[in-house]
Amino acid sequence: MAYYIAKRLLAAIPVLFGLTIIVFLIMAMIPGDPATAILGSYATPENVAKLNRDLGLDKTLFEQYVIWIGNLIHGDLGRSYTLNRPVLDEVLERFSATLILSGTSLVLCSVLGLLAGIISAVRQYGWADKAITLIVLIGISTPSFWLGLLLILIFAVNLKLFPASGMYAIYGGGDLADLIHHLTLPALTLSIVATGVIARLTRTAMLEVLRQDYIRTARAKGLSESKVIYKHAFKAALVNVVPVIGIQAGFVIGGAVYIETVFQWPGIGSMLVTAISTRDLLLVQGGVLIVASAYVLFNLLADVVQTILDPRLR
Amino acid sequence: MNATLSASPLLTLEDVAKTFGGEKKLFGKKTPAVHAVQGLSVNVRKGEILGVVGESGCGKSTLARLIVGLDLPTSGTISFDGEDLTALARKDRRALSRKVQYVFQDPVASLNPRKTIRTILEAPLKHLTDLDAHGREDRLQELLSAVNLAPEFLERYPHEFSGGQAQRIGIARALAASPELIVLDEPVSALDVSVQAQVLNLLDTLKDKFGLTYIFISHDLSVVESVSDRVAVMYFGRLAELGPSAQIFQSALHPYTDLLMRSAPAPGRKELFAEDANASLPDPYNPPQGCAFAARCPAASKLCSTQRPASDEASRTAGNHIAACHHPLS
Amino acid sequence: MTEATLTTPRKQPAKTSRPSTLGLLLNNTLATTGLIILGIICLLALAAPLLPLPNPDATAPADRLMRPFTDGHLLGTDHLGRDLLSRLIWGTRVSLAVGLSATAIAAFFGSLLGLLAGYAGKRVDTIIMRGIDMVMAFPYILLALAIVAVLGPGLLNALYAIALVNIPFFARNIRGITLGLSRREFVDAARLAGKSPPQILFLEILPNVLPVIIITMSTTVGWMVLETAGLSFLGLGAQPPQADLGSMLGEGRKILFTAPHVSIIPGLMIFALVMSINLFGDGIRDILDPRLRSGSLTRPVARTAVERNEADKPAPTRPDALFEMIGLRTEFKIGTSVYKAVGGVDLALKHGECLGLVGESGSGKSVTAMSVMGLVPTPPGKIAGGAAYLEGEDLFAASDRRIRDLRGGSVSYVFQDPLSTLHPLFTVGQQLSEAISAHAPLGRSETQARALELLSLVRIPNPAERLKAYPHELSGGMRQRVCIAMALANDAKLLIADEPTTALDVTVQSQILTLMNQLRQERDAAILFITHDFGVVSALCDRVAVMYAGRIVETGTTEDILNNPKHPYTAKLIECVPVLGDPGRRLDAIEGRPPVVNHLPDGCAFADRCPHVQPVCRSGDIALEMTGPERGVRCLFPLTQGEDT
Repeated sequence: MAYYIAKRLLAAIPVLFGLTIIVFLIMAMIPGDPATAILGSYATPENVAKLNRDLGLDKTLFEQYVIWIGNLIHGDLGRSYTLNRPVLDEVLERFSATLILSGTSLVLCSVLGLLAGIISAVRQYGWADKAITLIVLIGISTPSFWLGLLLILIFAVNLKLFPASGMYAIYGGGDLADLIHHLTLPALTLSIVATGVIARLTRTAMLEVLRQDYIRTARAKGLSESKVIYKHAFKAALVNVVPVIGIQAGFVIGGAVYIETVFQWPGIGSMLVTAISTRDLLLVQGGVLIVASAYVLFNLLADVVQTILDPRLR
Repeated sequence: MNATLSASPLLTLEDVAKTFGGEKKLFGKKTPAVHAVQGLSVNVRKGEILGVVGESGCGKSTLARLIVGLDLPTSGTISFDGEDLTALARKDRRALSRKVQYVFQDPVASLNPRKTIRTILEAPLKHLTDLDAHGREDRLQELLSAVNLAPEFLERYPHEFSGGQAQRIGIARALAASPELIVLDEPVSALDVSVQAQVLNLLDTLKDKFGLTYIFISHDLSVVESVSDRVAVMYFGRLAELGPSAQIFQSALHPYTDLLMRSAPAPGRKELFAEDANASLPDPYNPPQGCAFAARCPAASKLCSTQRPASDEASRTAGNHIAACHHPLS
Repeated sequence: MTEATLTTPRKQPAKTSRPSTLGLLLNNTLATTGLIILGIICLLALAAPLLPLPNPDATAPADRLMRPFTDGHLLGTDHLGRDLLSRLIWGTRVSLAVGLSATAIAAFFGSLLGLLAGYAGKRVDTIIMRGIDMVMAFPYILLALAIVAVLGPGLLNALYAIALVNIPFFARNIRGITLGLSRREFVDAARLAGKSPPQILFLEILPNVLPVIIITMSTTVGWMVLETAGLSFLGLGAQPPQADLGSMLGEGRKILFTAPHVSIIPGLMIFALVMSINLFGDGIRDILDPRLRSGSLTRPVARTAVERNEADKPAPTRPDALFEMIGLRTEFKIGTSVYKAVGGVDLALKHGECLGLVGESGSGKSVTAMSVMGLVPTPPGKIAGGAAYLEGEDLFAASDRRIRDLRGGSVSYVFQDPLSTLHPLFTVGQQLSEAISAHAPLGRSETQARALELLSLVRIPNPAERLKAYPHELSGGMRQRVCIAMALANDAKLLIADEPTTALDVTVQSQILTLMNQLRQERDAAILFITHDFGVVSALCDRVAVMYAGRIVETGTTEDILNNPKHPYTAKLIECVPVLGDPGRRLDAIEGRPPVVNHLPDGCAFADRCPHVQPVCRSGDIALEMTGPERGVRCLFPLTQGEDT
């Protein structure tokens, strides 16, 4: 088991490595003079010359990559020209906010999705199943950014139950309660799509598993129906759902881009949108790199969980 | 069945081996290798039925796929009428398919679910023969009547057929390009017993009618016994015993053949011989050095676990009946 | 039991034409609703240039932010005074076009990559899939953002980005399917028919992959529309003055508090559009996915439904019997037809007796066995009549609680395929302990000890070691021994074995049969042994009952049946199997096929295949005529000894 986890961790290294190559290549593919493009409106001749020197653009692509990755390992992601501070500092600060938001949403959507899926499967064709199916369908058909706006209108503007934007209150906030107060609406909005996807998949997986021969065996042994469903069927279904939760993490992190914009959450998503509009490409590069790395690591975790559940994968 | 038997071999396998895996991976490590078939030398005479029998994993299906060229041997030669089949499979697949054809175990899975029977049966006629549209139509009718199917079946889809009917279509497809040799890979094991007999009888009729040679692969000893002129018993990728059907089934040389026969249930047979649960199968990734059957064999000696017996270690009737055994049964 | 539910319906449509795909779709209310809404939206979008709409981009600062339902502006105006209805319809047109194009591009390239990787295998596969994995290592939207960042904001760039990030989805999906199909026998058959690799890929495999491509497309279109709207919402897609639904929403967001309708209306439109696409897409998936199509994704309940007329309930007739089944009828309702899998079966077993229930697939033998403890899946199965008595207790009238106590207690099962009948994620020890503790509340260590004892009982070497093993780590024979151990956990009086050796090799089969025989003698348990093989019956059974088309056609002692079959079917069934040591024997095939159990003929079900058929055989109900206490035959003209069939 430990051996397997170690093996998986090692296998993640080339993926992370490949990630850096892709991110590097994307930036290298920018048409025109890269320095000018990277600097955007800050492309004064001095800046361009400096950046060309910094990036070693007179060298081959491979040499450039080696230099870039060397800097990366030393934590040097360059400097944001719009914010005038090191990219790494900005990115890490923003990333913690995103982690709070998307982490909460991920927990929320996993718990709600699994629950809804199980109820739906166990009560197949009952009113609970129909209601859940409908809610799920609405959930995955609603643009999350629009839903966010609606929730703001209803709960923030009309009912004044939750704040409309931000992470902490400007005056007197800053404690955990304040954070939760601010977190509720965006986290709910962000988790809605993933909840739907997970619920759907759990339902199908449960139904599929419940038809298997080993479920018949469990019944033939005289086990109670709750044991059959929540122990035998659920464990087998979970094996299929866990990797999807891993993939959903990508959607949740990606969805954060919208939600952070709508709720003005000071996370990496809203940072990226701004950075793209202002063509602060080093900031984009840093942001993409850190979020993608986090995603790879999360999927690794999902893999390991799946292996713990399923001995056949060891 | 012996009427058309001739002396010259139609198909000759010499020291054929097939290994799966063992390829180099990205970082130089080799994937684990399984020797599916090893050191196999058999020949098949024109007009005979060679039965191949063995339990799951003994390599009999790999053997079948090697003969029809669906897989290529790792080493050794397979020749048909003196011509190298392996080279032919590489160079001109179609020429090979004109000589050797194949009938699959699962008749329904061997038919593309989205094609009509006409399209399925026309494929070999189009690609393997030079018949024109008119000639193909005639041949289709001929084939259907040969396997006792009504002409209106041509326009139907595979899911509309029962296993027995689907297997008749599979046989018709194999016959389409008039091959000389047909490899039948468990052709009746997916069928119900009442249908099984229909198909066996049909195969017998077709063999006489078209002057065919069969290689009949099965795990079912009684079926093999009832159809074969000669029988090859396989164990763990190698030939355990080879000889005329009557001799093998009446007085086997190899203890494994004997075990198989004494384990097989038959109507009216009350006592079955059963091994101990300890009887262990060899590990395909780590094959034993000596005889693969030694661990299960009641007659095994020290020699058996150290030295692998040659496939004709024991022989009878001038080498017609051979067995890979140091201590053959009398 | 699966054989009756799954194979019989497949045989049935031989003559009736299958309902058309469109017909099936229209039967699905939700999908039809989706289709209608989608149709209306598409029509509106297509007709936009023909409709009397004001110019969507014409600004009129004087008319800004008018509420809906004002004169001349049905949906009001935005912050520049542009007519919202006009912008909505034109915007929908753009959104739809972008969503569809992105789907088409992603589907085309993704499927092509998937087909190639799946079919070519080896190095091509490795290279393509590593690339795909790399792309998938990015969170989906993030990659689209990065691409837009490079290409610059714009509708077309957003389209490329969305299409590109969706290619891996298609590639992965299609590769998996292609890989599975390439290993199917029909692909080998096509190779042997002389087809070239491209012909095989595009003419044999592609038609089978196409439904999957369509399903994947129908489930991703909605998503793609949402995603392009999202990029536009962020200001990275459609650039002013051009409007798509997302950019309208993005513009409206800035004035959310003062004029909410400007953002609510395009949002509603996106929702309606995506919802209708998803409804329609689900409908398509339900129809094209064979698993969903046959309705086999229905959850079976814990116990088979019993819907019998209590007044007609037969009373027990054999007080000495351990188990007696009288007039069992089990039916499956699939669609509009009723499959009478079991049509009135009588069986009786004494203590320690072994009865072989013999028949071909679809004869109803497994369904009979599963009915005893209510293990026939409901839906679609139900027990429609008859009774089963275990030591005088009516099993079909027993409470669920009581049945649960009996299952694995007095009555236990051994099933056919030991790999699929054991739970893959629990160890052998866990599964055994569970079987024990479900009936005997023992302590942990006692349960363990008992599990160990059971494994030794079924002669598994190294039992302590094997308790920790998972089923996939054992050989087929060992797995079946574990299943038998589980069945013996609580001193079963009746063991029901459903083809327990069919999936095993012959040498392993003889081990298992010998084991069962020994255990039966040691423990005096009765065995109901279901098989299709008279050889297996001979080795184990005292008596035999032969089933055909859901009924018992002949019963008697094993010896009697084998030496002196009276029903022509029994005789033929014995005759048509080759016997080891008797190769010269003529194989007497039974021509024709068994009747389909949703359409049984009047009279004898075997009449059409019987060489001795008379006109009277084809009418009325033919009774099982008992000629001795244990001998009976359901035939008007039974064979006499030695008669040729």
